[in-house]
Formats: sequence, structure tokens, C-alpha cells
Amino acid sequence: MDKLVAQYSRPRHQDEFYSEQEQRDLTESHPSISLKFDLPPLENPSAFLRAMTDDHSNPSCPIKLAHGTTTLAFRFQGGIIVATDSRATAGNWIASQTVKKVIPVSRLSRGEDTQTDAPVPGLLGTMAGGAADCQYWLRYLSQQCTLHEIRHKRRITVAAASKILANLTYAYKNMGLSMGTMLAGMTPQEGPALYYIDSDGTRLPGNLFCVGSGQTFAYGVLDAQYRYDLTEEEALELGRRSILAAMHRDAYSGGFINLYHVKEEGWVHHGFSDMNPIFWKTKLEKGEFSNVTSEL
Amino acid sequence: MDVLLGITGKDFVIVAASKAAMRGPTVLKADDDKTRQLNKSTIMAFTGEAGDTVQFAEYIQANIQLYTMRNDTELGPAAVANFVRGELARSLRSRNPYTVNLLLGGMDPISNKPSLYWVDYLASLAQVPYAAHGYAQYYCLSTLDKHHHPDISLEQGLKILEMCTDELKRRLPIDFKGVLVKVVTKDGVEILDYDNDKIVKSA
Repeated sequence: MDKLVAQYSRPRHQDEFYSEQEQRDLTESHPSISLKFDLPPLENPSAFLRAMTDDHSNPSCPIKLAHGTTTLAFRFQGGIIVATDSRATAGNWIASQTVKKVIPVSRLSRGEDTQTDAPVPGLLGTMAGGAADCQYWLRYLSQQCTLHEIRHKRRITVAAASKILANLTYAYKNMGLSMGTMLAGMTPQEGPALYYIDSDGTRLPGNLFCVGSGQTFAYGVLDAQYRYDLTEEEALELGRRSILAAMHRDAYSGGFINLYHVKEEGWVHHGFSDMNPIFWKTKLEKGEFSNVTSEL
Repeated sequence: MDVLLGITGKDFVIVAASKAAMRGPTVLKADDDKTRQLNKSTIMAFTGEAGDTVQFAEYIQANIQLYTMRNDTELGPAAVANFVRGELARSLRSRNPYTVNLLLGGMDPISNKPSLYWVDYLASLAQVPYAAHGYAQYYCLSTLDKHHHPDISLEQGLKILEMCTDELKRRLPIDFKGVLVKVVTKDGVEILDYDNDKIVKSA
């Protein structure tokens, strides 16, 4: 009997070894860009996804993606300002008002556990488009950046990090990815560097970008007063005010203003502030937004 | 891609309309006037469906003038705006409605108060301190939200208008060939000399 039991029972996990190929995948210094995802067993998975998620032509589509945002980032003499709103929408529904759309990327510690006001080294990524896509792929990028740091004993450049993401989005082009992101960071090799990467596979370095449904409103305020030689205070205020403009005019943007400043030593967080008191302060003290009445 | 902008101030209304007349991929005319003067102190700027725009504007213009001749009085901007809205609303319920978006700028001949009305092709009427139609809304309203104040002078108004047109030159993918700027003051309507040749560089 014991013999019979021994024949049919083994210690758990005994046979769950990684195959030769899987081991190679795990240890190879450059993992393949294309991760192995399950796809719907259909002729054309991307068309299927489009049919399931396109709520313009089909308001009762089963999957509603979180969309609609305002994010901005610009380079100036003192580093880079990164600012976002905090609203997530799925169709007309406000899914959340407290989304963190600035995502720290790179570094073994991404600063999520630190509570100090000291600058945190590493890059910042912004989130526009599909919330899940952005969170997932920026975390993946973070992983790749950390591996780079371990392998090469130095931080990855923003140029290289943005290229990893752009190559990734290009590999998945036309398969339903939706993201518009900016990567900001300061490295000794590059100085302040800002890149725009989207799900079409576009990758652009630049001084100033606004991304999302509220981009035009943010550009309107930002372009009018942007200069490279802005002081730190001016730059933070301009970033804040540009996001406020978009939150006020764009139905798909709102909630809290999330402000970051990327400097040589790392990034510094400048608050996650409710737009409402800021709006009324701006209106009543500076006399802006004159088309909004404050009388009952 | 037509641009329509309106700004009121202490004692004036600026109305600016893009000078390009576009059909499909072609610019047919680069100094088009998308405005009509309705009476001594009111002008109307319009964009929308080709053909409808000028037909509607001139129909309104003629009827306002007819009213003035019959009654020997000028209609004030509020009366004009409500008449225009009424005509557009009536047309909307017809077989072939006018598809036109309008800005009405005027000075009240009695109180000398400036006013600006925003009207769209669904006959919504709103009195506003500043206004835009088309893509200009997306780029300029945030600028105007920040920089406009109710009691600005004409110089300040033109400075804000320049910020708006600069932004449009910077960000609109299609050249709108500059704007024609008209200003309404207590002395009537005047075309302003506006510098459209300034080259704007992106950041």
C-alpha cells in the first residue's frame, strides 16, 4: 500500500521546475520586448478589443476604459515641472477624483516608502490615456530601469528609458494600447531631459508638452507665459495655473492638482491640492475667471 | 478650422475673425471678411456651413436695417441678439436649417455699455465677457480666463487678443491667414490695423 501511495504522490512543487527556455528568459540580460500575454482566441484580437471598448459608436460596450486627463511637463532653467490633475473617467462617469497620475520610475526605492521632503532620485512618468496601460507599463519600465542600474552600476538616462518604453509601445502598435506619457528626469549626462511617448510609438524630446483631453487649455495658459529662464516659484505657479485652467474648462479633468519639481538631486513633491479653494482664491483675489459669477 | 474671437472691455468690443476662406484642402481666399455690420453699433461675425453663413448674415442685416427704417430707431445689442437667436431658432425647426455659429458685438446706444453675445447653430444664446467659436475655444478660453478683466482698456484688450492669436499660430495645424479685427466703440465700428505677420515660435 505504501508503495502504491509513494508511486502516485510526490512532494508538492517537485515537478514545477522552470524549463530550459523559461530559465533563459528569466536570466537573460535583455528580456524580450514582447511579453507573453494571453490573447483572445480570435482571428483579429485588436479588432475584437476595439469592438468591446469603443463607446463612441457603441455606448453599451462592455468594457469602459478610464480616459480623459490633463498632464503637463516643461523644462526650465531650474529643472523640470511636472503637473497633473487627478480625475479618472470611464465614459461620462467620474471613476475617481484622487488618482496619482505622476508615477515615480526607476531606482530600487521609488520613493513610495519615504516620508521626508528630501529630493528622491529617479525619473518621473505621467499618466494619460488608459489608466491600466500606463500603470502597468510604467511599472514594467521601472523594473527595467532598476535592472539597468544593478547591471551597469549607474542610473539609466532619460533618453534610454524613454526608448525602452517607445520600443515597447511600437511593438504593441495597433493592438489597442492607449497611453500618452511624459518621462522627466535629470541625469549628469543629459541635464534636465523631457520626452513624450505615446501608444502610436511616437517618442519626442522637447521643452514643453501637455497631454490629455485638457491639453489645449493647459497649452493656452502655459504657452503665453513660458520662458526657459523662469524662476522656480514662477515655474511652479505657471504649472499649477495651467492645470487649473484645464480642470476648469475640460469636463474630463478635475479633482486635485499634483505638482512635482525635478531637480539635479531628484524629484520633489509640491502637494496634491484640491482645485476648488485654489480656483476661488484665483477668481476672488486675482479677478480672473470673470465669466464665472460669484453671486448667488 | 475657422477662428472667431470676441473680447469686451470698459468701453469697447473687439471682434476678430480669421481671414482664410477654406473649402476642403484649399484656401480659396486669404482676406475674407466673416463679419457684417448690422447697424451703427452692432456687428456680427459668423462661421459654419458654406453658403449658409453669408445668406443668414445678410438676411439678418437686411431685417435689422428694415426695422431701423420703419421705426426710425436703432435696435440695441440685446434686442438684436434676441432677434438673431429667434430667427436661428425658427430656422432650426425648418426642413433646411442654417448651420451658423455667431458672435455679436455691440455698444448700447443709450447706456454706452459694451456687450458680446455667443450664439451657436443650435440657437443657444449667451451674453459673455469674452467668447470664441470652433477650435479657438479650446486654445483661447483658458488664456482669456486668466488674462481678461471686465474693465480693461482697448490696448489691454488688443494685447490679450494678440496672446490668443499667437497661441493659435503656435498650435493650430492649419494656417488661418491671420485675423480681421473690428472694434465697436461709442463712435461706431472700425477696422483695426492688426499685425498678422508676426512669426510665433514654439517653445
